[in-house]
Amino acid sequence: MDPYALKTLNAERRARRAAILVTDLGDGRDRIVREGDQVAGDLGAAIARAFRTGNSGSVEAEGRTFFLNAHLPQPRLVVIGAVHISQALAPMAKIAGYPVEIIDPRTAFATPDRFPDVALHAEWPEDVLKRQPLDSYTALAAVTHDPKVDDFALKAALDANCFYVGALGSRKTHAKRVERLLALGASADQIARIHAPIGLDIGAASPAEIAVAVLAQAINAFRSRGLDASASAPKSKSISEKHDA
Amino acid sequence: MENSIYLDEARDPLIIAEGWMKDGKDVAIATVVETWGSAPRPVGSHLVIDADGNFHGSVSGGCVEGAVVSEAIDVIDGGKARMLEFGVADETAWQVGLSCGGRIKVYVERLG
Repeated sequence: MDPYALKTLNAERRARRAAILVTDLGDGRDRIVREGDQVAGDLGAAIARAFRTGNSGSVEAEGRTFFLNAHLPQPRLVVIGAVHISQALAPMAKIAGYPVEIIDPRTAFATPDRFPDVALHAEWPEDVLKRQPLDSYTALAAVTHDPKVDDFALKAALDANCFYVGALGSRKTHAKRVERLLALGASADQIARIHAPIGLDIGAASPAEIAVAVLAQAINAFRSRGLDASASAPKSKSISEKHDA
Repeated sequence: MENSIYLDEARDPLIIAEGWMKDGKDVAIATVVETWGSAPRPVGSHLVIDADGNFHGSVSGGCVEGAVVSEAIDVIDGGKARMLEFGVADETAWQVGLSCGGRIKVYVERLG
């Protein structure tokens, strides 16, 4: 392995950015490919697939055998709001392989009693996200209903290109939110990435069922990263508004 | 399920290999490149080895690491990468093997 490739790879991994080490198993030469780098042909297609799935493996291309070792950051979920939905969402997401952090400045909600075994911040999102910035391997679900708490985090999630951004609230609530986010400087394209009303349309009724809908939607977003619209799964429908109001 | 979102730098094989390199040590990196059946470690897993036989990480459940380490020391000396294959423990075929019944291919290369 080229020492420079190792250094580059470790730097990317420390920064929570995806990278693939491509090794020619014939002559041992290797190089690092970062997410978004253009690689042509069959090798490029295999690299794109490895970025999406995170699976490493060998590929035959250009008459050679390459080994692709995919290093994806651990995806995680940040939840704004220590509410009833979050109590169900946190353990389920953890089981699914998405470590969770919950942020809510309302100390009556954000108690260790209500959230055992969860990284919990009884602080404003502004303060927590300054210390632990969002990134493209983070999903953000804003579920407080409170613009004072949700809006900053939503804008930060759009700016950080979080792989999933969801916001609880009816269509009416969301229309008002759109106005506020535009005023905060978000673009219309950015705002269109917000899943609102939040969650897949599975007819969820209870807070725990809504948590399932949110988690499934976040997983869908993660596993369809980098696919263009024509190739991706049908756009997920949202759960009915009545659960969000 | 207890995945941290940050690297566990004290135990991460590739971070350790970089540290060894900075310390001026000769290093080999072994990587699982293919598995069949019930292999204990997934494709992409690393074992890193220095010239004294110190190692971190794993390519199996401890079944074949010893053999990989001795091959790695040869690779450090000779410089040429090797592809190793391990199957079910079988005295006629291999000194060491995978008792789980799987088969793995391990690529061993020198760093630098």
